Order: sequence, then C-alpha cells, then structure tokens
Amino acid sequence: MKCRVCRQRAVIQVKRHHANFCKDHFIEHIHRQVAKTIDEYKMFDAADRLLLGVSGGKDSLALWNILNELGYAVDGVYLHLGIGDYSSESLNLSTNFAEARGLKLQVSDLPAEFGFSVPEAAAASRRAPCSACGLSKRYILNQIADELSYDVLVMGHNLDDEAATLFSNVLRWNAEYLARQRPVLPATNEGFARKVKPLIRVAERETAAYAVLQGIDYEVDECPMAAGNTINRYKEWLNRLEEDSPGVKAGFLFGFLERGVEHFPNADRPTLDSCRFCGQPTTSDVCAFCRLQAVTLRA
Amino acid sequence: MKVVLRNPRREIELTGVKRVGDLFRRLDLVSESYLPIRAGELCTIEDAVDDEDVIELRPVISGG
Repeated sequence: MKCRVCRQRAVIQVKRHHANFCKDHFIEHIHRQVAKTIDEYKMFDAADRLLLGVSGGKDSLALWNILNELGYAVDGVYLHLGIGDYSSESLNLSTNFAEARGLKLQVSDLPAEFGFSVPEAAAASRRAPCSACGLSKRYILNQIADELSYDVLVMGHNLDDEAATLFSNVLRWNAEYLARQRPVLPATNEGFARKVKPLIRVAERETAAYAVLQGIDYEVDECPMAAGNTINRYKEWLNRLEEDSPGVKAGFLFGFLERGVEHFPNADRPTLDSCRFCGQPTTSDVCAFCRLQAVTLRA
Repeated sequence: MKVVLRNPRREIELTGVKRVGDLFRRLDLVSESYLPIRAGELCTIEDAVDDEDVIELRPVISGG
C-alpha cells in the first residue's frame, strides 16, 4: 500500500478520502483538516485567548499538538475527577505532555476543590457516571474560562463523538440537544463561554494514529467508569456501518450540519438566570452542578 | 503470532494469519475501531504478518 502523495510505504488507510498516507503526509493531512475546520466555521483567530479541555487521552493531546504546530497559543486545563489510578495516570500524561512542549496546563481538582469525586457523585445522585462526569466537566471548564477571561473554550470532540451523539439525539428526537449540536456554540451574555470543536473532521481512529505517529504518550485504557457506556456502543455500531460504507459517519454528521440543524433553531431556549450559590448560568434557581454537589455531600 | 488486546488487557495466540486484515476477520473485530501496531509502528490491513509477530490491536473508541 503506497502513500497517495509520495508513493512511499503507507502507514494508514483513510477509506472515506480514498487515500493511504505515509507518516509525514498523514500528519500534514490531519493539520490541513483541522485548519480547514477552524477557518470554515470561523472558530477563532490568532488574537483569541484559547483554553483547551485536556483529559490525557488521544483527542485532547493530539489537538493540543496540532494547534501548537499550526501556530496557535493554547493553554490547557485538566480536571482531576477522582477516579483512582485512572485520574492520576491521566494527570501525569497531561503534565508530561505540557512540560515537554513548554505549554501551560492548569489543574482543577474536583475532590480537593469541590469535596467530591465522580464515582461518589454517580453513586449519591444515581446518575450514570458519564453523566456526572460530563456535568462536572462542562461546569468547571466554563467557570475557569470565565474567571480567567479566555475568549474560547476548545474541546477535543472528534467526528465519531459528534456522529454518535447525533445518532443518540436523533433516536430520541431530542430537539433541544439537536439545536445545540454545532461546531461552534457562541458565548452568551449570561456567562457561557464560546465553545468550539476543531476535530470534527477527524475520525477517532485518525486522532489515535496521529498521537502514535507523533510519539504522544496518551491514556490508552478506557475510563473504568465508562463500561457499558451507550455512546461508545453507538460508536461501535457506526464503525460497522463505516467499514461497509466508508464515509457514512462524515455524511451523517455533515449532512445534518449543512441541511438538518437549521430545522432545530435555538429560539425556544429558556431564559437563563444566575445560580443562587455559584453565580453560573442556569435555567433554575440552583444550577445542576450545585445540586449534584449538595446531593453528594449529604450522602 | 501473539495478539495484544486491551480493555481488559489480554494476549491471545493465533497461527496461520497472512495479513493484518485477516486478523480482524479471524477475531470478528471492526478494523475502524482499532489501530494495528507492530514493534511501535502502525500497520495497514494489507501488511503481511507471520507467526513470529506481536501485534497490538489498540482500541480507539473512548470517552462517552
């Protein structure tokens, strides 16, 4: 198998692009895909202060590396979620990555700063662990972006994340979530930071390959709390479809973004107030994170 | 050949596999969900393998 560009030995096949690439041309291809996404959706420019949510996994570390190589100055924030050795290992990988490249990584510690861990919150609230985790991440990332005056919150969601989430939202016809499934969510007056997803053209397998080829040491093992996660199951199903019909995941997602999302306007979004306890935006008197914290600390 | 799998981490032995693509078929795994890695290098499904190889099939699905 030969590289489409140079005819040297290929190390990866990207069927939906009808292409095989050697290491150097694959890296170039990924950089081009991300640059195109940033440009097409007007995500940010070089003057913006960018904050990247870093997990220690392949997507966030690959994206940090890509943005750094594209010339953007990006700071990272790691959230320690209190998931035993998994969190400690992920923190080490994130710290090592940042130190080796001279990048600024801020660490927020859920148990130390808020008094509870994700496993404790999941048990006390009877939420799925990924739900308690997602809620905590969204809250703390937004709070840090707001407090430290970052212009844009950058997230490492890839093509597979977005396609599986879209699949899930379509199965339930969740109009509210479908309206918000966009590559860019603008900042709001109530205090939500601008949020962008530059990896939506890059498949999960490709971010993993990029990390391996760039020598990025990332957390390979899955989070122990994510066993049986529904979105991961949808990803596996979509990959079976992708194997039979290359390009089906990208067609599903980008077809929705080009022709579907306009039918789900954000007009019915409720008015937001400030949480009575923390001041973050919320649709009710007390925000979901403060309610989760209260339930967990009472348990 | 030795095949290294993850989540949970385990190793299995297979013989008579000629190409990486055959490996996926033998194990009934979707190639879109894994990166085949031999001696630290990525492989494609068309790469030849033999019984002396150690191949890691690294899962790529994560998050939730």
